[in-house]
Amino acid sequence: MIIYDEKLQNVTVLGAAGKMGSGILLLTAAEMADLSLKPENKGKTFCLNAMDVSQEGLAGLMKYLKDQVLKLAEKKTVALRQIYRDRTDLIENEDIIREYVFDVMNIVRPVTTVEAAYNSTIIFEAVIENLDLKKKLLSQINENNPTSPWFFSNTSSIPIHVLDEAANLDGRILGFHFYNPPAVQRLVELITTPKNPAEMVEFAKTYAKRLKKVLVPSNDFAGFIGNGHFMRDALHGIHEAERLTKEVPFVEAVYMLNKVSQDFLIRPMGIFQLIDYVGIEVVQFIMKVMNPYLKNEDLHSDLLDKMMSLGVKGGQRSDGSQKDGFLKYEKNKPVAVYDPDSKGYKQISEFQVKCDEKLGPLPDSWKPWKVVNFSKDKKESMLINYFKELKSGKTTGTEIARKYHARSNEIGNKLVIDKVANNKEDVNTVMLTGFFHAYGPVNEYLS
Amino acid sequence: MSKLRRKIYMTAGYNTVSMGTGRKEFNPKKERPGLEHYIKEAGQGTLKQIGGAKNVDEGAIGNFMAARFNKQGHLAGFIPYIDEELQWKPCTRTEGACASGALALMSGMKSVLAETAEVVLTVGVEVQNTMKAIYGADVLAGAGWFKNRKNGHAYFFPGQFSDRAKAYYDKYGMEYARKGMRQWFINAMENARLCPTAQEYENKAADLGALYDGMIPNGKSFVDSLNVLDCSKVSDGASAIAIMSEEGLKRCGIPKNEAVEVVGYGQVERNITKEPPDKTELTTIKKAAHNALEMAGITINDLATIEVHDCFSIAGILSTEALGFAEPGKGAQFVADKNTARDGKIPINTTGGLIGWGHPTGGTGVHQAVTIWEQLTGKAGAAQINIPSDRPYGMTINMGGDDVTVVAIIYKRGDL
Repeated sequence: MIIYDEKLQNVTVLGAAGKMGSGILLLTAAEMADLSLKPENKGKTFCLNAMDVSQEGLAGLMKYLKDQVLKLAEKKTVALRQIYRDRTDLIENEDIIREYVFDVMNIVRPVTTVEAAYNSTIIFEAVIENLDLKKKLLSQINENNPTSPWFFSNTSSIPIHVLDEAANLDGRILGFHFYNPPAVQRLVELITTPKNPAEMVEFAKTYAKRLKKVLVPSNDFAGFIGNGHFMRDALHGIHEAERLTKEVPFVEAVYMLNKVSQDFLIRPMGIFQLIDYVGIEVVQFIMKVMNPYLKNEDLHSDLLDKMMSLGVKGGQRSDGSQKDGFLKYEKNKPVAVYDPDSKGYKQISEFQVKCDEKLGPLPDSWKPWKVVNFSKDKKESMLINYFKELKSGKTTGTEIARKYHARSNEIGNKLVIDKVANNKEDVNTVMLTGFFHAYGPVNEYLS
Repeated sequence: MSKLRRKIYMTAGYNTVSMGTGRKEFNPKKERPGLEHYIKEAGQGTLKQIGGAKNVDEGAIGNFMAARFNKQGHLAGFIPYIDEELQWKPCTRTEGACASGALALMSGMKSVLAETAEVVLTVGVEVQNTMKAIYGADVLAGAGWFKNRKNGHAYFFPGQFSDRAKAYYDKYGMEYARKGMRQWFINAMENARLCPTAQEYENKAADLGALYDGMIPNGKSFVDSLNVLDCSKVSDGASAIAIMSEEGLKRCGIPKNEAVEVVGYGQVERNITKEPPDKTELTTIKKAAHNALEMAGITINDLATIEVHDCFSIAGILSTEALGFAEPGKGAQFVADKNTARDGKIPINTTGGLIGWGHPTGGTGVHQAVTIWEQLTGKAGAAQINIPSDRPYGMTINMGGDDVTVVAIIYKRGDL
């Protein structure tokens, strides 16, 4: 643990004010503060540089950090009372919580220049998915940092070996891909390369364990497991909706595919809602990054390009509320669908009944995702019964759902065949943990 | 004192809803009624039944920690806020941690005994949902000695009673003890479901036993020897009752069968700076109950129902032993055998008690008196139990801190 503690004495998070960077900063700040409070680390200085080019972003980050650390401290006060047991001046919970918030915040240094990272032994990289930018930052730090730092990239799409070679890091980079939001989502994809030092990989595993993350190894292919599945799954949904537009207007097709992918497939949200949640811009961007690395496959959607050209981007506001994208939201629930022809939203209530009739009823044994996913012991039997019914369904909805399910299954299997994932269990773990699916894509339910 | 020098009655009880988690209308993110609202609602609820504020001579209000929960001291000043006609009348605020309510009752009773008042409006109130539980634990820890706070648990009082539970487990067996605590929880929920003002009135858990069994005490997130279902909840609420002499009843036109007569009480204090003499015994409760029974000239076999201070299920178990219903170590079995259920040998906490009805700390003592008044005068609605004619007495036991301040009061219907 000595190496672990030492390595975490001076850390930099690049892109700290971003959605992912702020979460990584929060988790790392709390971990570093906990280390600094260990008796053996008394007197040592721990420093976490929160680097971002946006002054405004950093100001927001510090507020976010304070609010989140306060919540964290309130949750772990039982343990904190033990940690501060020798501090006779800290008596009430409130004293202890306030002190812990101070101790965490006191580690963080908001900075706008990359030079701050020149003394860091660990660099978390969470800047936008732009190879040139990543290359510039990482190589500049590497060239000026005498400690031969370890780089942990949060890239969700660019192969790690590409970054390694581009920035000339000699194997001192691995993929440590958090899911959004990092402070809540338990999944982390670990992407190592043969050049990684063994102690660096060991450190990554320890760090993930201490953060109570579920670590899934993914091999070094663009998109890794999570986006490897999601991008193809999204593209399937988009193509199916486009196919349906031969029979029904665009808005109805989007509504129907969204409903099938959510309700008929018992998922937490429909595919168009998920694209909006991630952001149309982000999905388009990740596909663009991944596409050059794929053989015999075109991971690209004209529809996404069209939406972007119309300024319809989805994504989330800083308070976590959903921006309008394919769907328009009220209190984070879809109420309308965007029509690119009229360049406006059409209320779902205007065509919902008609579309639901076309899809047909849900199978009798259907239960919402929320019920199935949290049914612990009964979950498996619920899924078996449901898919048995879905398999024999004769409606349009069940037909689209079966096709969708088969494609998801195919994508999952292909990730194993292509050696992106080591096994089907890893694929399923990513989708269960990172995407909150009730079941993994590699299954036998419809076999 | 072996005999009361004058007859004391209580009547016209009123409880607000015990508000907090469990009630559908409770939303911690939205603004909620404050201290003033609860005091006014409860006070006016009683005044309406006694012909208005003009009939009141004095006011007494019990409250524990409004100074910290609500940044408000000087609560006696809120009694005239209940009704303009209470302006310029003597009012007193009492504080004895969670026994603050019963101390307000004692204050009113002593004014009647002293013949300085014929009618005393008595209110108990606490509004605790103003802060998260982790900070509320700091406030409630004020019921203990502050010098012990540093070494105490984050959840100080659950920690204190977790230690009592642990001592009981060590002496008599954990599995055995928890059978009784489990049944205590079940009784609390089943009784609360019969009382519309109870915090757990809307509790719909299908299998209460399974719910309890699924929550194993976990010292990492809470305390070592209790789960959250062993604990009373954080509550906002107030209760009020009128304390009267015979003259007071006449003045207000209240027939004696609409009132309860106080036939005995015991008020006992333990040194807060000392550890309890025995963690497996509620010694102060034992003494207070003994004094009250002695003054009333009855035994526990004459009691039809009791309201005990079950801030934690283990306190309920220990209360059955302190009262003498079970030998030391046999309380868990006594409760597990359903002797304290509403149709058991001695129904206890018939509207849910602190775990089921709720525990607005400074209001609890008054709430207990209101419940006994309701039961003995047939006003308990769906929660009504049978009061046998050969056992017409009811009892309340209100405890402050870890068995530090205790008030036990014995009642019977006013016309008997």
